Amino acid sequence: MPYIPHTEKDRECLLKAVGAEKIDDLIAVPENARLKGELKLPKGLTEQELTKALKKKAARNSTVEDYASFLGAGAYNHYIPAVVDSVISRSEFYTSYTPYQPEISQGTLQAIFEYQTIVCQLTGMDVANASLYDGASAVAEAALMARRITGRDKVLLSAALHPEYRETVRSYLHGAGNHVSEVMYCTEAGTTLPEALDAALDKDTACLVIQYPNFFGSVEDLKALADAAHAKGALIVAVTNEAVSFGLLASPGSLGADIAVGDNQSFGNTLSYGGPYLGFMATKTEFIRQMPGRIVGETVDRDGKRAFCLTFSTREQHIRRERATSNICTNHGLCALAASVHMVSLGEVGLRRLALLNLSKAEYLKKALANVSGVEVAFSSPTFNEFTIKISKAPEEVLKGLLKKKVMGGLALKRFYPEMNTKEEMDSFVDALSKISG
Amino acid sequence: MNDNGIKGLLLDEPLIFERSSVGRMGVAPAEFDIPEADPKGLLPAGLLRDRIDGFPEVSEMDAVRHYTRLSQWNFGVDSGFYPLGSCTMKYNPKVNEALCRLPGLSMIHPYEPEELVQGALELMYELEEYLAEISGMDAVTLQPSAGAHGELCGLLMMAAYFKDKGKARTKIIIPDTAHGTNPASSHLAGFKVVPVKSEGKGALSVDAIKAVMDEDTAGLMVTNPNTIGLFEKNIKEIAKVVHSKGGFLYCDGANLNALMGLVNLGSIGVDVIQFNLHKTFSTPHGGGGPGSGPVGVKKALEPFLPAPRVKKSRGKYSLEYDRPKSIGRLKAFYGNFSIMVRAYAYIRRMGGEGLKRASETAILNANYIKERLKDTYHLAYNEPCMHESVFSDKNLLGHGVTTLDVAKRLIDYGFHPPTVYFPLVVHGAIMIEPTETETKETMDRFVEAMKAIAEEARTNPELLKNAPTKTKVRRVDETRAAREPVLRWVKK
Repeated sequence: MPYIPHTEKDRECLLKAVGAEKIDDLIAVPENARLKGELKLPKGLTEQELTKALKKKAARNSTVEDYASFLGAGAYNHYIPAVVDSVISRSEFYTSYTPYQPEISQGTLQAIFEYQTIVCQLTGMDVANASLYDGASAVAEAALMARRITGRDKVLLSAALHPEYRETVRSYLHGAGNHVSEVMYCTEAGTTLPEALDAALDKDTACLVIQYPNFFGSVEDLKALADAAHAKGALIVAVTNEAVSFGLLASPGSLGADIAVGDNQSFGNTLSYGGPYLGFMATKTEFIRQMPGRIVGETVDRDGKRAFCLTFSTREQHIRRERATSNICTNHGLCALAASVHMVSLGEVGLRRLALLNLSKAEYLKKALANVSGVEVAFSSPTFNEFTIKISKAPEEVLKGLLKKKVMGGLALKRFYPEMNTKEEMDSFVDALSKISG
Repeated sequence: MNDNGIKGLLLDEPLIFERSSVGRMGVAPAEFDIPEADPKGLLPAGLLRDRIDGFPEVSEMDAVRHYTRLSQWNFGVDSGFYPLGSCTMKYNPKVNEALCRLPGLSMIHPYEPEELVQGALELMYELEEYLAEISGMDAVTLQPSAGAHGELCGLLMMAAYFKDKGKARTKIIIPDTAHGTNPASSHLAGFKVVPVKSEGKGALSVDAIKAVMDEDTAGLMVTNPNTIGLFEKNIKEIAKVVHSKGGFLYCDGANLNALMGLVNLGSIGVDVIQFNLHKTFSTPHGGGGPGSGPVGVKKALEPFLPAPRVKKSRGKYSLEYDRPKSIGRLKAFYGNFSIMVRAYAYIRRMGGEGLKRASETAILNANYIKERLKDTYHLAYNEPCMHESVFSDKNLLGHGVTTLDVAKRLIDYGFHPPTVYFPLVVHGAIMIEPTETETKETMDRFVEAMKAIAEEARTNPELLKNAPTKTKVRRVDETRAAREPVLRWVKK
C-alpha cells in the first residue's frame, strides 16, 4: 500500500502489542456507525499510472504560454525566476507546520519576519502580518478590523474594487449584520467618484475601501480619498492586487492608508487556476492588537542570542476562541516565502525595472489598440499595467475570434494585461483585433 | 544518549537586509523590447514613489545561501518524526509536488474560457465526487482556503438556510474539547456560542445536548473523533436530538484521518463537514499553509454552497454562477487549486482500499504508542483511541517538570514535540498523533525517548529544564517578544 510502511510482520507485532487480534477489534466505533461495504472510489494507481493520468488532465488545459494571454484582473502572469521554486522546494520549509516550537522553526520564523518587513517597506506601513489567504479575504478581514477599531458599522466599497472581492466582503460580513454599500466610479475617469463619496460617508462609516490601482487598471487619487474618509472619522483601506505596482507607485501608507491589504501573488506564485495566492495585510502600530493573523516578532533566547517567535497570540483563536480577532489559523506561509525569494532576488533596482517594464508595455499596447478602428480606451485616468477598452462589436464575439488566433484577449469587461507579452505578441494581438473589429 | 554527530552545522545567518549592498541585483527582469515609458509624463508626481529604503539587494547566490541556511534551522516531516496531535503530519508524497507543477496545471489563468480548462474543471469535479463519497455527503465545494475558512463557509450556509426558511437562528452548540477555530468561526458567522461540557470519558452525552438544543439553535459543531482522540459513541443519538429541533450537525473534519472507509459520516447524521486537505489528504503544511478546506453538505444545504460550482453536462464542464440562494463567495476565484491537485493525486494513488488501510493503520499506530507509554505517562482517558491519544504531565509534576519541559527535551532527542496544552480539558496535555506513514522502528525510538525523558525527570530534571540545547537557539523568550515588540527590521 503506498506510503504505509508496515510489513505483515509489523502489523502482527503491533496488533499483539496492543492486545488485539485483528484491526477491527481496535476500531472503537459503535457498530451502528460503521460503514457498510467499501468506498466507491477508483482503484489505486501506481506512481507511473498516476503521472500519466494527471498529464492527460493537464493536456486538456491550455496554458498562458500556449496562447498570447492578456488576462489579469487579480491573477498575474509574471515570470518567476527558477530560484523561487528551488527554495520553496526545500522540504525543511514545505513539510513543516506552523512554527509553534520556535527552537526548531527559526528558518520559517526568520523568513516570515523578513517578509513582514518587506511588506511594510512596499506598503509604507508600520507592521504587517505573516499572510492571509488571498486579496479578497484580506479585504474582508480589513473591513472587520476597521469596524472593531472605529466601533462603527458601515463599510463603503468603491465600485471599482474587484467584483469578486466585493462579493467576498459581503459574504464575510453577512454574519455581522452586513452594512456594506458601494460608491460609484466616474464613467469617464474610471476612478472612484468623489461626489458619490461625499454623500455616502457619514458618522457611521467604519472604512472606505479603495483598490489601488483599481479593477479597471486606473490609478486612484488615494490621498484625496483618504482625506475625505478621515474628515468623517472613517479609516481608509487600500487594496493592491497587482503588487508589482509597488515598484513604481507611491506607497498606500504615504498617501494616508490606515490598513493596506491585497494580494502578493504577482511575486513568486504561479497562476495555478486561481490559488493558492497570497493575501497580505499591513497597518499602523496603533492598530496592531486588532490585526488578524499570525505575527512573528524578534526576541532573544536563554543565552541572549537573537531569536524569533510567534507573538501577540492573545488576538488569536487558539487562545481567545470566540473573542479572537479572526478565525484564521492556517495561512499562506509558503506563498509568502515564494514572494520573498522573488522580491529579494529582484532587489530594489530589479523591482523598479520590472514595474517600469510593465508600465511601458501597457502604454505601448494601449496606444496601439487605441489606433484600431472600433476600439477605444475606456477611461482617461492613468493606468499601471492593465487597462480597459471599449469595443464597438460584442466583446464575447471578439474574444472568440481572438482565441482562434491563439490570443486570450481578456474576459467580458475586457481586462488586458502585458509584461510576459513580447512586442511581437502585442503586435499580433493588435493585428488580430483590427481584423476582427475593423 | 549518544551525542556523536548530533549537532550539525548550525551557522549564523543575518537578516537578508543585513546582507544588502545598494544597487546589487539577483535576477534581472526581461529586456525592453518596446520603448521605455516615462512615468513622470504618465502619472502625477504625487503618485510616484521614492526609494524603497532598506529593500534587500543581494546576489542570486547570496539569496540561495540565505534561504538554504534558514531551511537548515527548520524541522519538517522530511526531517523526522512529527507526532503533532490534531495536525496529521503524514508523509507528503513527492509525486504530488511534481504533478501540481505540470505547466498544464500550474500555468492556467482563472479567467481562461471554460473550453480551455476542461482538464482543471474535470479534476475539481472528480475531487468533489471523491470527497462526497469518503464523507457520505451529497455535494462539495472546494472554495475555502483552509479548515477555519471551511468552518466559516459551513456555518454561513447554516445561517443562510434558516434565514431562507424565514426564521433566523442565533446560537450554536460547541463542546469544550473543540479546536479554537470552532468558536471563532461561529462568532464570525454571527452565532452565539453555547458551550457544553464533555462527560467523564471525554465524550458528549445525549442528555447534555438535549438540555441546550432548542429551536433558536442552528445546530451542534462537533469534532469526531474528538480532540481526546475518541470516537463520539453517541453521535447517532445526538444527531437525532439536533435534527428533532430542526438543527444541523456540523462535523469538524480535522480528524478525518481516523475514519476513511470505516465510517460514513453522512449516514450517522452529519449534515456539514469541512475537509482539511493538508491533514488527511497528504498535502504539505508549508510552515503554516497554504492548505485547503473543502466543505461537504447534505442536500438541504446544497443551494447555499458558494458560487461558482463546477457542473458537468454531456461530457463538458462549466462553472455555474447563477445560484440565487448561495452564500456568495469567500475568496476570489475557485479555491486553492494546486493543493486540490495534490489531494486528488493522493486519493487516486491510494484508491478506496488504500484510504481505508491508511485510517486503520493510523489507529493501530496511535494505539501502539498509547499502550507503550501509558505506564510511564499519565493517560488522560484509558480507552481504545482512534488516530491520536492524549497524555498529561500529572506523573511528573512532583519533580517540578511540566509538559513544556518534556516537549523541549524531545527536541534534543531529534523529535518534533507532540501538540501540548491542547485540548484545554486535559491539564498539561500531550497529544500524540503518529499517523500511518511511520514505521514501527521510528515509533519505538520515540517511545524510548519519551521513557528516557520521564526517567531524566526523576533523576536529573535540569536536563529537561535546560532543553533544548542542540538547536540553533535555546529556549526563546516569548514574553519579551510580546512586551517589547519588534515586528520588523528597521534600517539604523
